[in-house]
Amino acid sequence: MTVIPFMKWRWVAVALSAAAMLAAIASLSIKQLNWGLDFTGGTLVEVAYSESADLSAIRTVLDREGYEGAIVVSFGTDRDVLVRLPDGYSDEQGAMMVDRLRAATDMEIELRRIEFVGPQVGDELRDDGGIAMLTALGLVMLYVAFRFQIKFALGAVIALAHDVIFTLGFFSLTGLEFDLTVLAALLAVVGYSLNDTIVVSDRIRENLRIVRRSSPNEVIDISLTETLGRTLVTSLTTLLVLTALAVMGGEMIFGFAVALLVGVSVGTYSSIYVAATTLLQLGVSKEDVMIPEREGADQEGLLP
Amino acid sequence: MNRYPLWKNLFILTVVACGFYYAAPNLYAPDPALQIAGASGAQQIDERTMQRAEAALTEAGIGFFGETLQDQGKSALLRLDDREQQLRAQSVLARELGDGFIVALNLAPTTPDWLLQGGATPMKLGLDLSGGVHFKLEVDVEAATERKMAQYESAIKKRLREERIRGRVSLDGRKVVMQFRSEEDREAARREVVDLYPELFLDRIDDGENWALHAEVTEQTIKELVDYAVAQNLTTIRNRVNELGVSEPLVQRQGRNRIVVELPGIQDTAEAKRILGKVANLEFRLVAEANAPVSERQKFEYRSADRGGLTEWLERDVIITGESVSNAQAGFDQNGQPNVMISLDGEGGMMMSRATRANIKRRMGVLFIERKYRTRYELNEAGEEVVTRIPLDEKKLLTAPVIQSALGAQFQITGLDNPAEASELALMLRAGALAAPITFVEERTVGPSLGAENISLGMKSVQLGLALVVLFMVAYYRVFGVAAVLALSANLVLLVGIMSVLGATLTLPGIAGIVLTVGMAVDANVLIFARIREEINGGARPQTAIDTGFERALVTILDANITTLIVAVILYAVGTGPIKGFAVTLSVGIITSMFSAIVGTRALINLIYGGRSVKALSIGGIRSATAQQVGPSS
Repeated sequence: MTVIPFMKWRWVAVALSAAAMLAAIASLSIKQLNWGLDFTGGTLVEVAYSESADLSAIRTVLDREGYEGAIVVSFGTDRDVLVRLPDGYSDEQGAMMVDRLRAATDMEIELRRIEFVGPQVGDELRDDGGIAMLTALGLVMLYVAFRFQIKFALGAVIALAHDVIFTLGFFSLTGLEFDLTVLAALLAVVGYSLNDTIVVSDRIRENLRIVRRSSPNEVIDISLTETLGRTLVTSLTTLLVLTALAVMGGEMIFGFAVALLVGVSVGTYSSIYVAATTLLQLGVSKEDVMIPEREGADQEGLLP
Repeated sequence: MNRYPLWKNLFILTVVACGFYYAAPNLYAPDPALQIAGASGAQQIDERTMQRAEAALTEAGIGFFGETLQDQGKSALLRLDDREQQLRAQSVLARELGDGFIVALNLAPTTPDWLLQGGATPMKLGLDLSGGVHFKLEVDVEAATERKMAQYESAIKKRLREERIRGRVSLDGRKVVMQFRSEEDREAARREVVDLYPELFLDRIDDGENWALHAEVTEQTIKELVDYAVAQNLTTIRNRVNELGVSEPLVQRQGRNRIVVELPGIQDTAEAKRILGKVANLEFRLVAEANAPVSERQKFEYRSADRGGLTEWLERDVIITGESVSNAQAGFDQNGQPNVMISLDGEGGMMMSRATRANIKRRMGVLFIERKYRTRYELNEAGEEVVTRIPLDEKKLLTAPVIQSALGAQFQITGLDNPAEASELALMLRAGALAAPITFVEERTVGPSLGAENISLGMKSVQLGLALVVLFMVAYYRVFGVAAVLALSANLVLLVGIMSVLGATLTLPGIAGIVLTVGMAVDANVLIFARIREEINGGARPQTAIDTGFERALVTILDANITTLIVAVILYAVGTGPIKGFAVTLSVGIITSMFSAIVGTRALINLIYGGRSVKALSIGGIRSATAQQVGPSS
């Protein structure tokens, strides 16, 4: 088998990752995220008109009825209309607005959904989400440190943080809405990327033990080459189903699918470059993964 | 080599068969149905009502079948031919049966008997799939605390006055501040407060001339207060939700002070809110004397069904209303008989004592007042039918006990038949004074068409995703790919079966979780197959390669899946609603995929290749032909 010299190119990868991280963090701090209703609070109404809806007419009606700050957009098709009211309207306003829209048109209006989220709920969700993410990273690090070794744990966690920040940055740059399902997808990304990283780490550990007279650099190259096929195949099948979900799943699940598509793609890259590079820079060696020998078993004698 | 013992194959077969059995109910689409129930809990649905309902539907040209009575005749179910007509049928029945009945939309399961006998039921659909309303209510902790503090203050003031201890009592946030002229007064007051409210935390504070005593509520007391308020609101809301006639409502406490209410099938949120937020009240009035003039008395019916039809004449004057009731608790009196202890606020106690002092041995009636709505159908000028709902207060008598002595701020109602009656009465008495105000902090309504669309989109993505994975696996791994695909199908069946048994709710993110599981479940197989290829390329014989491949991939698979499981569990712990659904699917999916990929695929591969001499494996990606021919030929 030809060993692909992955680690030879690691500084290119580090530069790429660093640039991506900087861009993501810059965008997150300047542009921030387009928080969905779940996090900001407010009211959202989705209605379906029987024929194509005139958005400007709807805006005029809402203006006249005193709905300040209402955002009217079409959703999916030109018959579906989404109206979002900022936080501060009471919980009854959604249903009342539908009545007013009905009164203002001859077309049939079908109520698709109303969502009302109070401000206290939104803040809490954001905090809980952040805590969940940190807990997940912490526990995973503990498990990996216990099953493998602390250097592997650091590698895994840095790779995970890399993927999460990248995906967040992607959502910030594109302005895609960040709602509760996207948060769930982000945690799933953590799970997936972890899966990948563990498989690679597992092989590195195994090879460190059995491949003799090779530098850690070479062992990592060998391990990455051996697992490359598997990494690509699994990513491919996952990306296939996610594409199906993004294309067929409808508007409500689109953000979820996109977050996973981005996360899984970058997760595949990070398990190869981020986790392994970290491991190498931390100076991983045979001694880190040796199974402790049993006392007295097969030991060389050293007598005075 | 590579043969499973018979028991192991049988075991796998049994597991998969069980999976099929419990997943099967999900294949039977439910019938659109209407559920009819009486407006008050105990009401029976009789033959005549059913005949009226059936006649009305027939007249409106709506096809129906399978009408049955449920819950010992307390509700009835009518299945409809056409889902499109469900809403129309509901309004037809609501109109025909009138305000005495509640007609609710329902989806009746069509699970056949042979599945029902084994306890197999279909998965419940989340609101985003079935359509309906989701409310999140919050109990106002601040207001509840304030109310409690005011109660402490007035009770302490009163006790000090009774005991002739002179001092000033005031409120400061969560503290009752008392100031006295002498240390003796303070000590006397301290003893009284300890006796009255042992739960308060007392602190003596001296600032030169004043001897002050601070009584502070502890966090523990506040917590109990919130628990009590939430529990009471839960009970009240449950009762009211039942009135809405929803087929499978969910009323659940969430976190410290939140209540989640889910009402599948409900579309009219305004109606639901009106009933949830409905104000009930009480009036305490003396039972009128026989010779009282008619202008001063009113006749009322008893509320409970046991005394149905019985009436009492009450005076028109109201002694106190439910707002004066600060608490009512069911318990037992000194003779071990069930009773209800009632506490009134200071003013209420005074009114009660004034009214009862002169009327010992007379009876006092407690009226329960509920706001109800009467539906009226009218034609407007344009000839269109207009539905109006006119509010009206329904007043019914709860009980009318004899006044044994002059009553104060605390008294009890005794002579109740059983503990159940006592707790029912206590609940009713408390209903007037909700322990704490509640507000709606979240509300989500999903229309039925969106729900149906979500289901069909979800199913399509599962099918498409599965098809793509199947094509890829078979093309890339050949015979091994076929085994993996069969195991993957078994995995899906097991996943759906287990979710149905767990009573898990299927949501849109849940479906996404299934899709994701399909994609990720093949991972274990990919790991194993990659190992087998490596072994063969390294010169191993086919049978050895299979065995070593499975064995060596196992550790990796376990590590990878356990860590993912950790993440899924965290997701479940912090997530709400649909996200929980996603976490459940993901967790169950991880476990079933490990079983099907490791044990299931192995069994299939063993059946195909095991126990015979094999020259080559159909796994794809074998580099040199020579590597496959190392084994002994036959």
